[in-house]
Amino acid sequence: MNTLKYFSHPKFAMPNIFPTMPNQSLIIETDRGLFCPAGDFYIDAWKSVPRNIVTHAHSDHARRGSDRYLTASDGVNILRHRMGRDAVIDPIPYGQIIELNGVRVSLHPAGHVLGSSQIRIESAGEIWVISGDYKRQADPTCRAFEPVRCHTLITECTFGLPIFRWIDSSVVAADINAWWAGNQAVGRTSILLAYSLGKAQRVLAGLDANLGPILLHGAVHAITEAYRGSGIELPPAGYASVENAKLHRGKAMVIAPPSAMNSTWARKFAPFSSGVASGWMQVRGFRRRRGADRGFVLSDHVDFPALLETIEQTEADHIIATHGYTDALVKLMRERGKQSSALQTRFGGDEEESEETVETPVVEGEA
Amino acid sequence: MKRFTALYFELDETTRTSEKIAALGRYFREAPPLDAAWAIFIVSGRKIGKAVSSRLLRQWAAEASGYPDWLVDQCYRVVGDLSETISLLVPTVADTNAPSLHEIVEERVRPLGSITQDSQREVILGTWSQLNTDERLVFHKLLSGNFRVGVSKQLLIRALAEVADVSSAVMAHRLAGQWMPDETTMDRLLARHDPAAVADSGTPYPFMLAHALHDGTSSLGAIADWLIEWKWDGIRAQLIRRAGQITLWSRGDEVVSGAFPEIIQAASALPEGTVLDGEIVAWNDETSKPEPFIRLQRRLNRQTVEMTFWPEVPVTFIAFDALEIDGADVRDRSLVERRAMLETSFPTTSTLRKSTPLHYETWDEVLHIMEEARSRGVEGIMLKRLASPYQPGRPTGLWWKLKVEPYTMDAVMIAAEPGRGRRAGLLTDYTFGVWDNGSLVPITKAYSGLTDVEIVEIDRFARRHTTGRHGPVHTIEPLMVFEIGFEAIQLSPRHKSGIALRFPQILRIRKDKKPAEADRLETMQELLRSMGY
Ligand SMILES: [Zn+2]
Ligand SMILES: [Zn+2]
Repeated sequence: MNTLKYFSHPKFAMPNIFPTMPNQSLIIETDRGLFCPAGDFYIDAWKSVPRNIVTHAHSDHARRGSDRYLTASDGVNILRHRMGRDAVIDPIPYGQIIELNGVRVSLHPAGHVLGSSQIRIESAGEIWVISGDYKRQADPTCRAFEPVRCHTLITECTFGLPIFRWIDSSVVAADINAWWAGNQAVGRTSILLAYSLGKAQRVLAGLDANLGPILLHGAVHAITEAYRGSGIELPPAGYASVENAKLHRGKAMVIAPPSAMNSTWARKFAPFSSGVASGWMQVRGFRRRRGADRGFVLSDHVDFPALLETIEQTEADHIIATHGYTDALVKLMRERGKQSSALQTRFGGDEEESEETVETPVVEGEA
Repeated sequence: MKRFTALYFELDETTRTSEKIAALGRYFREAPPLDAAWAIFIVSGRKIGKAVSSRLLRQWAAEASGYPDWLVDQCYRVVGDLSETISLLVPTVADTNAPSLHEIVEERVRPLGSITQDSQREVILGTWSQLNTDERLVFHKLLSGNFRVGVSKQLLIRALAEVADVSSAVMAHRLAGQWMPDETTMDRLLARHDPAAVADSGTPYPFMLAHALHDGTSSLGAIADWLIEWKWDGIRAQLIRRAGQITLWSRGDEVVSGAFPEIIQAASALPEGTVLDGEIVAWNDETSKPEPFIRLQRRLNRQTVEMTFWPEVPVTFIAFDALEIDGADVRDRSLVERRAMLETSFPTTSTLRKSTPLHYETWDEVLHIMEEARSRGVEGIMLKRLASPYQPGRPTGLWWKLKVEPYTMDAVMIAAEPGRGRRAGLLTDYTFGVWDNGSLVPITKAYSGLTDVEIVEIDRFARRHTTGRHGPVHTIEPLMVFEIGFEAIQLSPRHKSGIALRFPQILRIRKDKKPAEADRLETMQELLRSMGY
């Protein structure tokens, strides 16, 4: 693959300011993001860098402005949608190993959203895995997570507390369909708020299209098209236009990003009932604060039991926690005899400010 | 338990009254009678048993979940509600088949108070294994001895009245008094309307309520069309004498006869078939003025009052309307006529009085005497159209209330702690301080009166400016000034400042004020002295 060689070409490499040392960490934190000194590349960089391996296209992981991106082939369409037409994106199939400055790098399914990856890095017999965002639940819109053995695991823990335990997604899908039918019975349109990349498509996949018309907010619509373009089969859905709102009043299911509720956008669907699909809906306090009529517990992040199980499966003896309730996980891992530490993310320490609540889609338009 | 849990979540997750009433109605129609009887008992706020120590619950939850205590505590800090935290932590056994509500209450919850700690543990762990997450939450609410689900007594009464097809007053009467749920409870509560039975009872009429007057007096027309009287600061009540029985009903549809035996005794002077509307007020005979409401509250908190307790807080019933005279319902007559009947219905005594109408020629004079309201110990002024019949609810244009503005002060936020329920996880309960010799002394706590947006903003601010923590309480850098309103001030040796405020409420954030510009304790002490303390 030409592009891959290009990505790894020394001409595009930064001068190596971290000469290989024995016991040098394979991944370090820098003010631009996670950096692999030996391989001279960044992971999910939040500033412009020459070579950026992106775990997935969510806005807190994929930022515009890097010279070259490397991402899993499944996710190229979506990453392009978010990084812009001119971005240079090199695709790589899951499992294929490339060498960057002698460091062996491969991407493995993370089950988070379409094209999401864990990144496996191997140098001098030392193996690190960066989980990216991931989940272990079934999701028809992306490849399932595959545990990868490693010495050091950098894992997300957005929902890293034992109160977060997901119920089966099929049960949630049935609840959503029942809610939709219930709203139809009283003449209300259903507006389901779901993160526009990933969650929206997962929700869409679980809808019973026989119940009635499905409409998508502009932000959701664009990404859903990118999903279809990547070969993901989803129920037919229209555009949440004013005409469609009028035509299907009281019958339609509308999928929109959470930010849509703060705008006047939702008014054209009145009377409606609103629902939110998010892992935070597990807790009543969070549910109430969102102010929606219904909360559906549906997350694209790993829950606590599956997080512990994943750590076991990787056989890692060094656990680095990032994204969420890191302190608790680090303390628990240490109590269980593992080496463990926390990695700062750029979003401070507030557990609520994950991508599930801070909605920042790039394409946001009044539909 | 499944059905009751579904009801709990329906009630918990809607703020629409109509939906709450529909959910309650559905439940009462469908649930087995004994479960429904217990549900009424619980939702109306009656105690079903002694609360289990939350320390033990937490300990058993750690045990059952296999996680260390510190992790359970951290979960609690995030969730903000112990009942919910534990329900989320305890493992769920697949395909649970929950016992019925009455089994849970009668066989699990009620006996807990009289068994050993080991047996308690056995009962609770055993029950956990039979319930799913949501059912466990409701179980914990039953255990906590504090079951709140956002249903007022009036709402419950309305829902039951609809199911039984009787008036709310009849239902309120059926629900009143001491009773324990049994197989016959629902038959009694939902019995068909029996007019003869009601005539004999102490059933009150629905209260007529006033709107607050915001737009000034200009739209009211001629002052001669209005009856003007003080707005008493007490407990609105109907005093009923029928069939040799005397009953005192509060506006909360509660019989409060037991708390005010001297009023009941004085009411024996009323003729048969009399119903009076009025206000129970704590009264100081020496000053001939009402006492602060808080003194009355002390009386209310006791179920029955010993006769010897009377003189400590003397009370009086101030009648301002007559609804039934000589056994006849006179509510359709005009206020003028009803007042005339009131005047002749009983001789005034120190415990049974009549509200005296105030006479003024112009609206300006009325607004002027509002300034006296506070020193007279009243809440404000009532304006009632003389031609008005007595109508249930809050009809427009007939009765108006003019309340005195609350006192205000500027105080600095010095501490904050997380709220519960809807505000779980957010720092919403604030402590405010005023200046005393260069340092801030806590003067009051307050949390109501802010918008959701402001609450989130203050939460962010407080977290950024936390200087220390003691348990859930964050000490906050004193930077943010608030205007706090309150309705009364009194001496309190229990408080560090020596002062307690009644009904403190945040009026607004004073972004224009620096902390140094906040009020001083001295100013508050002066206010206290001006009140005669
Ligand atoms: Zn993500
Ligand atoms: Zn993320």
